[in-house]
Formats: sequence, C-alpha cells, structure tokens
Amino acid sequence: MEILVCIKRVPDSAAKIKVGADSLSIDPSGVEYVISPYDEMALERALQLKDEQGATVTVVCLGVPAAQKEIRQALAMGADKAIHIKDEGGSRGPLEIAQALSDVIRERPYDMVLFGRQSIDADNSAVGVIAAGLLDVPIVTLVTKLDVADGVATVHREAEAGTEVIEVKLPAAFTAQRGLAEPRYASIKGIMMAKKKPIEELPAPEPRGTLKFEGLEPPAARTAGKIVGEGAKAVPELVRLLRQEAKVI
Amino acid sequence: MSFAVCAILETADGKLKKSAAEVMGEGRRVANALGGNLDAMLIGSDTTALAEEAATLGADRVLVADHADLASFTLDGYLKPCLKGIAASTPKVVILAASVTGKDLAPAIAAPTSSGLLTDVTAIEVVDGAVTAKKPVYAGKATATIGGGSADCVVVTIRPNVFEPAAAEAGRTAPIEALEYAGADGIRTIVKEVLAKASEKLDLTEADIIVSGGRGMKGPENWPVLEKLADAVGGVLGASRAVVDAGWREHEEQVGQTGKTVSPKLYIACGISGAIQHLAGMRTSKCIVAINTDAEAPIFKIADYGIVGDLFEVVPVLTEELVKLRS
Repeated sequence: MEILVCIKRVPDSAAKIKVGADSLSIDPSGVEYVISPYDEMALERALQLKDEQGATVTVVCLGVPAAQKEIRQALAMGADKAIHIKDEGGSRGPLEIAQALSDVIRERPYDMVLFGRQSIDADNSAVGVIAAGLLDVPIVTLVTKLDVADGVATVHREAEAGTEVIEVKLPAAFTAQRGLAEPRYASIKGIMMAKKKPIEELPAPEPRGTLKFEGLEPPAARTAGKIVGEGAKAVPELVRLLRQEAKVI
Repeated sequence: MSFAVCAILETADGKLKKSAAEVMGEGRRVANALGGNLDAMLIGSDTTALAEEAATLGADRVLVADHADLASFTLDGYLKPCLKGIAASTPKVVILAASVTGKDLAPAIAAPTSSGLLTDVTAIEVVDGAVTAKKPVYAGKATATIGGGSADCVVVTIRPNVFEPAAAEAGRTAPIEALEYAGADGIRTIVKEVLAKASEKLDLTEADIIVSGGRGMKGPENWPVLEKLADAVGGVLGASRAVVDAGWREHEEQVGQTGKTVSPKLYIACGISGAIQHLAGMRTSKCIVAINTDAEAPIFKIADYGIVGDLFEVVPVLTEELVKLRS
C-alpha cells in the first residue's frame, strides 16, 4: 500500500505570535517550528498502518528550505521517503497550495493521501478537500478512526450529529482529526536512519497571488476586567454583574 | 437586478440551523453593499417549510434541491446541486457558515468555480465592489486581512456566533425555484451508520454559553460539579488541552489552538490557568468569567470577571444562585 502524507511546517502552538515589521507576516524570532499537529496525527496513523499491514509512507511538504527540519522529523518517526516542494517565499492561498500538492501527487502511485484537518497557522481547513477534488478522489474529513481492508477504508468521521461510520473505496483522501492517533516520538535509531532516507526536491510553482494578503495585526486587545472577589461570597455580586452589566444571563 | 450573493443555508432535524440566520443577515448586508439581490440555497429533504422560512429571513429568491437522497450530508451528494445552484445564481459572493459542513463544501465549491476562498472570517468589507475579510489566524493569536483577489466570485465561510442574525419578517415571501436533482449517483463515501453522540448538546462552536474545566478540576470524577453549572445556565461543556491529554475528557470538548475556537456569549473558565494556546481559542468570547485559586493566573488578564477561589466552593454556590434565578 502506498500512503502519501502531506505535512506543513508551522509555529508551535505554544509560540507567541508577534506581527512582523512588514505588517504582513509574523516575526519569526524566537518561534519554534513543528509539523502541524493534525498533519502529525495523520502521519502517525500512516505509520501504524505500515506497522500493521505493510505500506510505503511518503511525506509531501510544500515549504521553505528550512522545512527540511520537519521533513527529517517525519522521516525519523518512520516515513520511508519525502518529497520537498521547495517554496522560496511568497504567500499562497489554499487553492494554490492544493494545486501545487496535487500536481506532484498525481504523478505518483498512491492508495491514500492523508492531510491534517487544518494547519494551525492559516486555519483554513481547505487544502485537503481542494486537493482531493483536483485529484478526483473521494475525501472524508475529520477522521478519528481509519482502517483498511481489501482496498476499502472504514473510517469514523466526527460530524455534527454524531460519529459517521463511512466506507470508501481506495484511492481516497482523508483529513485527520484529534483522536485518530497519538504521534510517536522519534527514536535515536529513527533519527540516525532519517539522515540516509531520500528527499526528492522539486521547485514550487510561482505564487499566483489568487488571494491578496493585505495585512496582519494582533488580535483586538482584551483588557483585564475586575476581580469580583474571593471565594463563594463573591458569587452574588458576579451574578448581578452578569445580569445587569454584561447582560449575558 | 442581478444576484450578488448566494447564501447556502444548513438544516438539522428538519429545521434551519441557527447559523442560517447569521448567513442570511450577513448575506443581505454584503448584497446591499454590492448593489444586488440575495439568493438563499437549501439542500435537503422535505424543505418546503424551510424555503418559506428562508424567504422571511430576507431571501429575494430561494433555490432548493429537495430529494430523499439529500436528507443527510455527503460532500459528493451535496456538491452537485450546490454547483448547479451557483451556476443559476452567478453570484459575486457565496456565503456559508464555517461549520463542519460548510468547511467541507466551501473549498469544494471554490476550486471548480475558480473562485477565491476566504475561510472562517469574522468581518466582511466591500469597497468598490471588491470583497475583503478579516480572518483570525494562528487560532486567533493574530488577525489577517485578506482580499478575495481577481476572481469573479469569492466563497466565504463566516465564523458562527459572530455575525448579526437576520430577523425574521413574518409574511415575507419570495419565489422558490427547484434545482433539478435526479437522486444519488456518484456518491463515493457511504455512510453505514451514525453513532449517537454522548450528549444531545450543541457543538461547542455554536454554543451561546460554555462552561469549561481545566487542571484545577483535579480529576475526571469531579465533572458533575461543572455539569450542574452547565445545566443551570443552559451551557455546553468545554475543556482545556491538559485535561484532554490526561484522558479526563473527550477531545470533542477541547477549546484552544489544537481544539475548537469558540466565540460564545459567555465563557466560564473553571480551574483553567490560561495557557497561550487555550486563550487563543476563546479570547473572542463576548464575556469571560474565570474562577481560579491562583490570582496571578493568565486567564484573569483577559477575563471580564474573576473570582479568586476554590472552584469546588465557588461553582456549587454559583449553580445554586443561577437555579434560583431560573425558577
């Protein structure tokens, strides 16, 4: 089985985000980068499937040259090889990202393409769905369970009304939701082996500017409110404030 | 006048969802700014009464794909009638809720129609016919301003609980047009069953009131304390990442950068210190109440009202007061 996992390099969720001097991008100083957590969950499930029934796991990353660190991390976790679509900069909306990924994916054999439900920087939840459309394969989003037998995937999807149990013939695409798999730590052996695993490098297409990024600003400031009091005796005053001042109950 | 905006409305259990009024309210505002009419689109089964309701919410026309095969959502099933409706509407803006369904449909619509895509926005501006939106990024640690670009059409999903809902105008009517739909074919994802949720509660992202617990809860066995408060205020339960990672609560309840981003009217944080990734996920709540033993906890820096104290003493008293208020 051939599994492709698309990963993105993003600031760690614990990172403080400061707006850069250009008011368009973030100030990268002091920011630690990681594989986007949902992408990492997708990768983990792919590696588990490899352990359970055998598979070749290839990571695909559209990212700046420095994203090689995250690619090596994925290889250290156990992916077999990687494709790095080298992005030399410029902003891209989800349509362009999905286009670049699907153009590379289309040329390879695959049974499954896995994505995270969203990257934790742009927060679009869009690339997986668009890429699947461009590849003309079915997609199930928000997957919390993924099993494969006889060319058919059985998945759980976290829908609003409850958990949908869905069957879909491969090839197909999926986006990982929290719950699918807890990412493993790379072993020392894995880290050593990763250094020898192949990374195919491809140039990214020129950004086409289909969306216009006009600015980035800190979120609207929230001023600290008041400490109503200490302990249970402050409750009546809190209730009064919620009713009469905030008018939320 | 041509149709400037096509608003796609979601249904659940035979009713329009709460987000439908928000999509219609903002859809009307954008349509007026663009100087055009507002289409509403409904996809489902037994939608006649809902189409009439969409008219009362301000639609100038209602496009309906009604078929037993459309009773529940599949992307393959809904995409075809959606594209048909958009072809009939030729709008400048397609607007949907940034819900589970909207997040599947919007990107799937944007690609084949060569539209721009702006997701999970919290404000839309129209200047000289061009659409620009504000969108939280990094789970709300920053806000981006993004223009829809040069495409003829922009697909926009709006964050639930942020936009002013349209007020229903009783007796208002609009032409209702059926979109041809011959029944399911080409649906590649087969829903075998739907496992019921543990509770019938609303999804966190759409809840008006959230009662959230963190490490200060001390253990999963103590959650009845919060459940009682949630019942008293008609709220939904949330949780911090720490307690989800510890296995005390299900991940569906997690609020924060790797969980859900929420904007309720009232967010009550109990025993949550306020890690940066948690604050990112709930800072757009309209009113934040924090109950924590540590007066220095970061949560107090963004809370509107705080009580410094043991939640196991404070929360039961708060619950009691609120129950009294209701009765």
